[in-house]
Amino acid sequence: MKKILALLVSVVLFAGLFAGCAKPNQPGGGATTDNRKQTDKKIGLATDEGGRGDKSFNDAAIAGLDKISKEYTVTPQILESKAADQYEPNLKALTQSNDLVFGVGFKMHDAMDAVAKANPNKKYAIIDSVVEQPNVMSINFKEEEGSFLMGVIAGKMTKTNKIGFIGGVDMELIQKFEAGFIAGVKAVNPAAAEDLINRKNVRYAGNFIDVNKGYELAKQLYNSGVDVIYHAAGGVGIGLFNAAKELKNGGKTVWAIGVDSDQALTVPDKADIILASMMKRVDVATYTASKDLIENNFQGGKVVVLGLKEDGVGISNTINPAVTKDVLDLADKYKKAIVDGTIKVPTKPGDVKAFQAPEIK
Amino acid sequence: MTANANNSHNSLLNVLKSTYRTLLFPLISIIVAMFVAVLFVVWGRGVGFFEGTSLLFKAIWNGSFGSKDSLIETFVYVTPLLFTGLANAVAFKTGLFNIGVEGQFTIGVLITAILGLISGLPAIVHIPLIIVGGILAGAIWGGIPGYLKAKVGTNEVVNTIMMNFIAMYLSNYIVMGPLNKPGVASTPEIRPSAMLWRFLGENNRLNTGLFIGLLLIALVYILFWKTTIGYEIRAVGLNPYAAEYGGISIKKNMILAMVISGGIAGLGGAIYVSGIQHNAMELTGFIGYGFDGIAVALLAKSHPVGVLFASILFGALNSSAISLQLVNIPKQIVFLIQAIIIIFVAADYIYKWIGEKRKKEAMING
Repeated sequence: MKKILALLVSVVLFAGLFAGCAKPNQPGGGATTDNRKQTDKKIGLATDEGGRGDKSFNDAAIAGLDKISKEYTVTPQILESKAADQYEPNLKALTQSNDLVFGVGFKMHDAMDAVAKANPNKKYAIIDSVVEQPNVMSINFKEEEGSFLMGVIAGKMTKTNKIGFIGGVDMELIQKFEAGFIAGVKAVNPAAAEDLINRKNVRYAGNFIDVNKGYELAKQLYNSGVDVIYHAAGGVGIGLFNAAKELKNGGKTVWAIGVDSDQALTVPDKADIILASMMKRVDVATYTASKDLIENNFQGGKVVVLGLKEDGVGISNTINPAVTKDVLDLADKYKKAIVDGTIKVPTKPGDVKAFQAPEIK
Repeated sequence: MTANANNSHNSLLNVLKSTYRTLLFPLISIIVAMFVAVLFVVWGRGVGFFEGTSLLFKAIWNGSFGSKDSLIETFVYVTPLLFTGLANAVAFKTGLFNIGVEGQFTIGVLITAILGLISGLPAIVHIPLIIVGGILAGAIWGGIPGYLKAKVGTNEVVNTIMMNFIAMYLSNYIVMGPLNKPGVASTPEIRPSAMLWRFLGENNRLNTGLFIGLLLIALVYILFWKTTIGYEIRAVGLNPYAAEYGGISIKKNMILAMVISGGIAGLGGAIYVSGIQHNAMELTGFIGYGFDGIAVALLAKSHPVGVLFASILFGALNSSAISLQLVNIPKQIVFLIQAIIIIFVAADYIYKWIGEKRKKEAMING
């Protein structure tokens, strides 16, 4: 008993130290002049299990809200989900105190559907899925268009004429990346596309988080002679970067292509092996939808699809110096062709075989 | 007369004393855990000690019991913990460490998500079907390591951990493969006939599974202290060699305990799907209720009634993750509190173990 008492006393004293050095509470925006535009709208966002700090999808969504809170007097509420069964309570909790609630990720589909149905007077937006409720805006991306440009770069950069693709989970959404990428390779380097079309150099990790699996798959592909790999696999892609970096340090010339955000910036120590990244501007989507809400232009029930034309997808700002100007110019020409509708990029790997890109020099 | 009264007075005192001793460590560990959590809030938010305390406890209270919605959500989280906590408690009582409750729970989830898709069954047939299916699946998943432990002597900890991964990847294969709902990372929703009744309305996820869990607490209590099987299980747990000397089969009881433990965990998975989740989702990691169940059983000292209170504590903490984030305290503080509780409870076990070892040495040397 004495020992316990002694322990408690010492803990209390220890706490005293902490209390002593606590910073005084910073006054909020009261002192500085606030030149943001006034609004009484409130915005909330629920992430999937990736949560804050995933350096990719969720962080991009939150970045869009950070931007809106610099322009308007809104303080977005953000809830992370620890597990899939928390999607629904999180969305419900956000609904109570907000006018617009974002659900980030296709996994939220069912939870969003249920919560939106129960609260018809509130507004919702979901990323990467379509929820058919009159108060939900569904925001999707033409990942195949951005991936096509990556395919063009990969097709031009390969020296071995072998290119690989690593996907997260073999499902419709990720297949859009695969199909677009292969179509891009096929447009500029049909020989290199063959082993992608028959899926010999296509690997799926089965999840979006297993870094070791990404490393193994990348090593397999690189060892079979592949020298450029594009990934659409979230955290699995970090394993790809690790493998590429290791081989590069061993004297081989191999490349990786990033996805979702500018990965040469988010994973800076691997920047030297990243050719470029396919940007998926989730931040633009959350920013635009929030702005629409504040300006009373929000359209529930609408399915928004953001492609190259809307700047929803595209090539990252950071491009490896190894990529020559004529390759970039070529990619830019293909971009123009996609934007004006000359090229229609396939969304399913099965359609790539029949796909014929008009030759652009 | 006087002697009798004295006797009963003494026994009451003894009960109080032993209850006090059992509850002391869990209670101290909870208090210290909360205290450390407050320190982190003070540090992280840069507020004073009392402000930090009120911030944290207000958020936890609002998020767990403070409003009708949060109270309901707390018990939604309590429901699966009742099952996984009991499952771990049964294994602990036999002296086994069933890390595989997570996998047994997962396999229960998977089987229920599959059986729940059968159409054309009335609820009165369908619900017993998924319950039996969940129990059987979990029992097999727990029985395999139990059998291997008893017959070949392989460590149940290693085997159950491996079975966890088999369950998770099997589940992912089926969820993303044959039973995938196109465009979504889950199976289709189970039929209404396989869903447990949400007695507070469709929008509240609380369901009759809670009562099944409470009933199970009573059943496990009866099993432990009112049946021969329970007596044998406890005897093996206390001292397997003494139990064997008394004619109790160690092997039989080990397998039996693992089967019961797995069955309870599998039932938990079935209740989770048919009451709360209504489908099986792709798992990027373990669902987590099985591992939380270890903590619940440890805190409860493997007592069924203790499991109820420990589940409520852990459920309340899980549920308050929302309100904590709303006042800008990261949800990780919940894990911090849970982890410190476990460290302290485990320390209690080590303390006792060392104490017993010393006693033994003293006996041998003395």
